[in-house]
Amino acid sequence: MIHSLFLVNASGDIFLEKHWKSVVSRSVCDYFFEAQERATEPENVPPVIPTPHHYLISVLRHRIYFVAVIQSEVPPLFVIEFLHRVVDTFQDYFGVCTEAAIKDNVVVVYELLEEMLDNGFPLATESNILKELIKPPTILRTMVNTITGSTNVGEQLPTGQLSVVPWRRTGVKYTNNEAYFDVVEEIDAIIDKSGSTITAEIQGVIDACVKLTGMPDLTLSFMNPRLLDDVSFHPCVRFKRWEAERILSFIPPDGNFRLLSYHVSSQNLVAIPVYVKHNITFREGSSQGRFDLTLGPKQTMGKAVESVLVSSQLPRGVLNTNLNPSQGTYTFDPVTKLLTWDVGKINPQKLPSLKGSMSLQAGASKPDENPTINIQFKIQQMAISGLKVNRLDMYGEKYKPFKGIKYMTKAGKFQVRT
Amino acid sequence: MSASSAFNDEKGGSSSVGEPEYGHDPASGGIFSSDYKRHDDLKEMLDSNKDSLKLEAMKRIVAMIARGKNASDLFPAVVKNVACKNIEVKKLVYVYLVRYAEEQQDLALLSISTFQRGLKDPNQLIRASALRVLSSIRVTIIVPIMMLAIKEAASDMSPYVRKTAAHAIPKLYSLDPEQKDQLIEVIEKLLADKTTLVAGSVVMAFEEVCPERIDLIHKNYRKLCNLLIDVEEWGQVVIINMLTRYARTQFLNPNINESLLEEGGGGEKTFYGSDDEEDEDEEDKEKKAEAAAMAKRKPYVMDPDHRLLLRNTKPLLQSRNAAVVMAVAQLYFHLAPKAEVGVIAKALVRLLRSHSEVQFVVLQNVATMTIKRRGMFEPYLKSFYIRSTDPTQIKILKLEVLTNLANETNISTILREFQTYIKSMDKDFVAATIQAIGRCATNIGEVRDTCLNGLVQLLSNRDELVVAESVVVIKKLLQMQPEKHSDIIKHMAKLTDNIQVPMARASILWLIGEYCEHVPKIAPDVLRKMAKSFTNEEDIVKLQIINLAAKLYLTNSKQTKLLTQYVLNLAKYDQNYDIRDRARFIRQLIVPTDKSGALSKYAKKLFLALKPAPVLESPFKDRDHFQLGSLSHLLNAKAGGYQELPDWPEAAPDPSVRNVEVPEWTKCSSREKRKEKKVEKPFYSDSEGESGPTESADSESDSASASESGSGSGSGSEESGSGSESEESEEGSESEEEEEEEEEKEKKKKKKELKKPVQESESEQSSEEEERKRKNKQQKSDSESESDEEEESVSESSQSEEESEDSESEAEVKQKKKTAASKPPSKPAKKENKKEKKEMSLLDLDDFEPTPSPQVTPVNTFLSSSLVTDLEGLSLTDTVLAPATIAPSSALKSFELLHRITGEGLSVEYCFSRQPFSPDPHMVAVQIQFTNSAATEAKNLHMEDAKLQSGMRVKEFPEIEVLPAGETTTVVMGIDFCDSTQAANFQLCTHTRKFFVSIQPPVGELMTPVFMTENEFKKEQGQLMGMNEITEKLTLSDKCQNEHAIVQRVTTAANLSRVPCGSDKECRFAGRTVTSGSLVLVTVATKEERAAQLTVNCEKMVIGTMLVKDILLALTQ
Repeated sequence: MIHSLFLVNASGDIFLEKHWKSVVSRSVCDYFFEAQERATEPENVPPVIPTPHHYLISVLRHRIYFVAVIQSEVPPLFVIEFLHRVVDTFQDYFGVCTEAAIKDNVVVVYELLEEMLDNGFPLATESNILKELIKPPTILRTMVNTITGSTNVGEQLPTGQLSVVPWRRTGVKYTNNEAYFDVVEEIDAIIDKSGSTITAEIQGVIDACVKLTGMPDLTLSFMNPRLLDDVSFHPCVRFKRWEAERILSFIPPDGNFRLLSYHVSSQNLVAIPVYVKHNITFREGSSQGRFDLTLGPKQTMGKAVESVLVSSQLPRGVLNTNLNPSQGTYTFDPVTKLLTWDVGKINPQKLPSLKGSMSLQAGASKPDENPTINIQFKIQQMAISGLKVNRLDMYGEKYKPFKGIKYMTKAGKFQVRT
Repeated sequence: MSASSAFNDEKGGSSSVGEPEYGHDPASGGIFSSDYKRHDDLKEMLDSNKDSLKLEAMKRIVAMIARGKNASDLFPAVVKNVACKNIEVKKLVYVYLVRYAEEQQDLALLSISTFQRGLKDPNQLIRASALRVLSSIRVTIIVPIMMLAIKEAASDMSPYVRKTAAHAIPKLYSLDPEQKDQLIEVIEKLLADKTTLVAGSVVMAFEEVCPERIDLIHKNYRKLCNLLIDVEEWGQVVIINMLTRYARTQFLNPNINESLLEEGGGGEKTFYGSDDEEDEDEEDKEKKAEAAAMAKRKPYVMDPDHRLLLRNTKPLLQSRNAAVVMAVAQLYFHLAPKAEVGVIAKALVRLLRSHSEVQFVVLQNVATMTIKRRGMFEPYLKSFYIRSTDPTQIKILKLEVLTNLANETNISTILREFQTYIKSMDKDFVAATIQAIGRCATNIGEVRDTCLNGLVQLLSNRDELVVAESVVVIKKLLQMQPEKHSDIIKHMAKLTDNIQVPMARASILWLIGEYCEHVPKIAPDVLRKMAKSFTNEEDIVKLQIINLAAKLYLTNSKQTKLLTQYVLNLAKYDQNYDIRDRARFIRQLIVPTDKSGALSKYAKKLFLALKPAPVLESPFKDRDHFQLGSLSHLLNAKAGGYQELPDWPEAAPDPSVRNVEVPEWTKCSSREKRKEKKVEKPFYSDSEGESGPTESADSESDSASASESGSGSGSGSEESGSGSESEESEEGSESEEEEEEEEEKEKKKKKKELKKPVQESESEQSSEEEERKRKNKQQKSDSESESDEEEESVSESSQSEEESEDSESEAEVKQKKKTAASKPPSKPAKKENKKEKKEMSLLDLDDFEPTPSPQVTPVNTFLSSSLVTDLEGLSLTDTVLAPATIAPSSALKSFELLHRITGEGLSVEYCFSRQPFSPDPHMVAVQIQFTNSAATEAKNLHMEDAKLQSGMRVKEFPEIEVLPAGETTTVVMGIDFCDSTQAANFQLCTHTRKFFVSIQPPVGELMTPVFMTENEFKKEQGQLMGMNEITEKLTLSDKCQNEHAIVQRVTTAANLSRVPCGSDKECRFAGRTVTSGSLVLVTVATKEERAAQLTVNCEKMVIGTMLVKDILLALTQ
């Protein structure tokens, strides 16, 4: 399936290569570079590029292209999904997935890749199994290793692959047994010029951090499971149980994992927590434009809207801006024409606003497009859909775990057209 | 050999690329000498005996490999360390070895022996990793060694090693394709493997080595379907894709009726019609479609295996892995009935939230799907709205989907959306939007004018690209109805002054030329202007100018003759030969000269022929002949190794090829059990039910034919159809199965065996007559010995328990015969039976044959034995008699509730007395026996604090006030288990202590016997077919050959009563569950050679499944 993997950085250098079958010359990447040149934006490089003898399937994460070389028919999503899994694993191991981190840990990277694929077919992709085989590098361990000469490679053999619950390693022990669940919901919305919602939907995930001894069997139930319209599970969740009782029953993997992602049924009206008043005008003939933006909270159920960040791609004709924020800071990059305004927390008594003028290219006609405004925000302690976890029970182990559930609402792709 | 030459090529390629690298990379020093030096120092480190130095050296070498530098000259130094003790060094050596072995084949051979040793290691994981590395070394010489290793590993005990073997198969195949035949054998063997671990990998190997050998799948099809959900995600993708192809060759098109209709009724109309249908509620729609299909057309019945595949893949739509979701989606798209395809839409829309690469692939596939099945995605229209932050390629794909989804009802919203897109800063996207508008306009007549007006407005846009694109699209639109739109043409004529984009200019000119009759005044003027600027135009524009001139000349030669000639003259000396050529051609054609040929007469027809309007269609049209989700589909070109998706067959191939011995896959899945039984339970019973229809259908025909032939033996009819077609192979697998199972159950068996007589009488095998003679003699002694049978069962002499019983019942019957000369109900009943048999033979799916007349005597014995069992059910008070006369109840198994030690001297045992619990008929009577072996007396024995599953109830036993030391007392309590085998937990309290105890009933105790005639039995059984019927084949243990033994074992295992039966090959039992009163019908049909078939019909499938297991256990031991 996957023949080789090349890692290409933003400047177009191949800084790592790995082959699972016969060696494929790195000149095959020339086709990729060609496509990269043709694409105006980095994300516009086509994910699948046919070349005379191979196919290149690539993903872009953290400004690194992961280019897989394929020789024959294989579902493209298979490869793409796998590459993303590789990136996730790297991130899991090194904290970040940057060129520097990969170069520093090249041996671990190589060992990981060796375990993840066998002859191009995925072998062990569960992070729990991998961590058993290859210990993630930590500062402490690196120091110990240099002193004692011990290794990162686990002495154990991949027993996890033999177990009935391949996602959980065996013999887990903690002194503090805790299970935390974060319910994070994202609102994707497009708001039109007049402030009415064109489309809005809520996507949520439940991320878990479970540190429990032994083989706990957890069940998580919701107050209002009917809200969940479309769900996808971590493989540990017993599907039949969900079908029958709408209860999440699972033996959790050890550590951090995404238990569930869901989509809230579209029948429910989505509460939009912020509103934007905007007045962005360019006058014909003059080299000035007006910019006036005010944010306000709306339907937040009494919770504060925090970490608000507004960004907007201004038209090419805008030379510079002279704006005055009532709170927070704003920046304008005259090259990329990107305006960002870090608002912070919205105070309902004193609404944040950004007002001022834009200077336009003299003589050019007024831009006919208005910028769209992207907004990011966070609301703590609230799931906007109203989803509530009812209870969490543990079976199979004797101790009493510490349980915690946190709710948060975030803006996903939240756009206001002007 | 071709392979090795390919390697050489590869090698040459890599080294030629690798070498210049040195020069470029400052890190390597740039000078060869220093390079050698550094390698020397690495060699030194590798030769040292310190692991840390070796490790350091290996790390540096691996880093070199990672950067793509050549480290092959270190091969000898590295390969020495293959047997190093340090596991990390070892692993890195493997990495190196796999990378360079191909280039240094001779040296690589040095390492082989290490791996060969590893293959024999007792640790499965070491065996696996040895095989993994061995098979990754691409050295042709070791092919035989690899082949041997793979073959051995394929029959390894450990599934993990077998999985590795499956992985090794494609490796060996790519190394030496000539091994194909042998490898196929291994694949065939591994395909039969029943573990989830192996399934994915072996199907992968199958796909790479022999995807054409679809026949290998038949036998494993159902197993793969059932295992699918537990296979790891990557394996799931491969299996689903393979099964899609398989299903296309084996099943009939579920949409066959619809497609016929579509063809007959002429595309569009039915297409829309069906869409509307799909808008409705999903369930309604499904029902409707099904009903309609049933009613009107020739009946299409989906193969149950086809249904099995669809049902077992559906939950995987919820997978977190996009590739799995896509695989299921394509399976549904290609295989499901139209009405059911809709379920995939939601999952695919969910994937749109994922990474942009995933979106890209999913949108491509959605675009193809929307052309065929538009209705499916209509509810999700808004999910395809475009955000300014999307990458351009995603925007364009979303636009494609939106365009495909547009219809009369939603067009206005879509157009409004498009309007905002046109203002985007991304010009490529704007151009695509304009084309999309054009397509909407052509597809939906109602909005054509609106679109056209909108596009005309765009003509005044400042951006030239926008204008140009609009012109091109308007041209296409106008071609559809030019006469209405002369003003637009005029407007466009004016644009020629401003627009510079060649394609747009060419389009305008063509338009004016084509419709010059609508703009008779303007057209010549445009030509005049164009003639002026002719030399500066682009080639496509020039060609159109010539065209325009020619057309005008033909229609309006008076005004344009000179102009035309001028243009043609200019063209004559043009640099481009196409243009010169065109000019020459046109001049000959239109300008009448004496030499002009016959063609010039037709010039007008040639130029001014009515041109069909262009069809604006999606680039995704007809892409669905590629399997969706495949690379080939994405590229719209066949990729190497792509397996065509075959067309549906005209007539379904024989479905029986998939039939496997039923026990095989039910068992295997039951062994694959995950931790939680609850989750899996419905899963099995489902699959069980699934197989029902096919089998019963088969067995119907079987029994029919058998009864026709009227064979007296009945053995043929008793086989269920499932196995009969392919006896040989199945019997083999069956016995294998049996063996394995026996291994598993050995422990339990031993326990039970202790209770049963160990010795076995030879006489059991002897004929019945002999037996009877002897029985008469032995009768006396037997009946005497029976009273203490329980105690000395082991030491019992030659006679087995069953036989003694046998004779007992025999005796009983004789006695009864004396008292009442003939049993009135038995004979008439039998006659009725015979009558009804003939009537029912078509309906009744059970197998039987008319009882031949000489069977009168056996019938009697059956009646008698069944009477015994009947008596059991009736025995309310004859507790004294029961143990003596009726073996099953004497063999009441008691279970320990509280051990003497934990109970501090108080031991408690319980057993299921099988007597109705008088206070509440829905409760199971549990007899509890307290023994106080402590020195002091126990007081106030009672129970409290029952923790019960919902619905369960308990009737407590009366408190025992005092139980003196050394005494034993017995009480009865009632528990309503709610027809489940969940344990009832409660506390047993004495005056001093409390004990937590629980009572868990075997499934057989959850029922009460009912009396039934054979006819009633058959009637009820007929109503409990399909999902409610579970059939298993079994081999009777050698201790239970005759039917009495069977009766005894079944009634021991479950509280059922015998139903009289006309055939000596069948034993039937009936009962009702205690709580819900659902019927439980059990049939054991014996055949030659100890083979038998067990059928359980029960409304409660869970109970049925569990009961089958219990009875199987009882009969096979």
